[in-house]
Amino acid sequence: MLKFMAMGGYARYLWPCYALTAAVVGLNIHWARRSLRAAQAEARRRLAGLKVAS
Amino acid sequence: MAWVWFHRFGSPPHFYRLATRLAPWFGWPAAALCLAGLIGGLGLAPPDYQQGDGFRIIYVHAPVAWLSLMIYVVMASSAAVGLIWRMTVAYAVAASCAPIGASFTAVALATGMLWGRPMWGTYWVWDPRLTSELLLLFLYLGYMGLRNAIDDIGRADRASAVLAIVGVVNVPIIHYSVTWWNSLHQAPSVLKLGRPTMPAAMLIPLLLMLAGFTVYFVALLLTRARGELLRRERNAHWIAKALGATATGEG
Repeated sequence: MLKFMAMGGYARYLWPCYALTAAVVGLNIHWARRSLRAAQAEARRRLAGLKVAS
Repeated sequence: MAWVWFHRFGSPPHFYRLATRLAPWFGWPAAALCLAGLIGGLGLAPPDYQQGDGFRIIYVHAPVAWLSLMIYVVMASSAAVGLIWRMTVAYAVAASCAPIGASFTAVALATGMLWGRPMWGTYWVWDPRLTSELLLLFLYLGYMGLRNAIDDIGRADRASAVLAIVGVVNVPIIHYSVTWWNSLHQAPSVLKLGRPTMPAAMLIPLLLMLAGFTVYFVALLLTRARGELLRRERNAHWIAKALGATATGEG
């Protein structure tokens, strides 16, 4: 396991690449969901406002 | 008759329904493909005869670099469709591409720098590949900045579309930079004419990662584009229906 983690001496370059990529993959999922939820909440508020106005 | 599908796809309610239904079908296969690619790339592929285990950075660097280019082409194509046919869905897709593309271009540059340090002895050189990829990041940031600078969403769509279309010329420059000019960056080993130069044990995990990241992008794009459509289609009746249908879903 230690040998695997050492990656032939390239661990300090290799694992940050994987960690950074995983973080951005996860963040993009979070940002996409948050953006959709915000748009849906805004649309619901707008629809509720239209109902009140009519 | 042949254009019916095109017009249906350009209908916001139809696209929203389709995107809602399809997004989960892309998310899980993307995770499975990436997991298989990681197992193959980190555990099963043999070390490179020159770079040793350091070459395994390719299994994240190449997919994010591929995404950075592919997303720009999708963004510019959608922007062109929006500009020509005045299609809301196309503009929504183009606007959704930009933040995803910018983030993966930044990761491609960062992972390239981390790979370059042990192989070239430096994090950065003003090499044609690295410089044109940096220009791609500025194009994404410029596209987003331009959109944010214009309050009217219609004008923002049109102005940013022109920038996206002009900037697409940078994509072939990035791809062919390593063959047109002297470059420290290695020549293409997968996306080129002729057979790939990698052995199958290295190539198959890379292809799995490339497929996984592509499918992941489609899932992200479908989610983001739905939000963009809701922002554009302000008072449309279909929104009430669509939100009612998804109120108990992922909301």
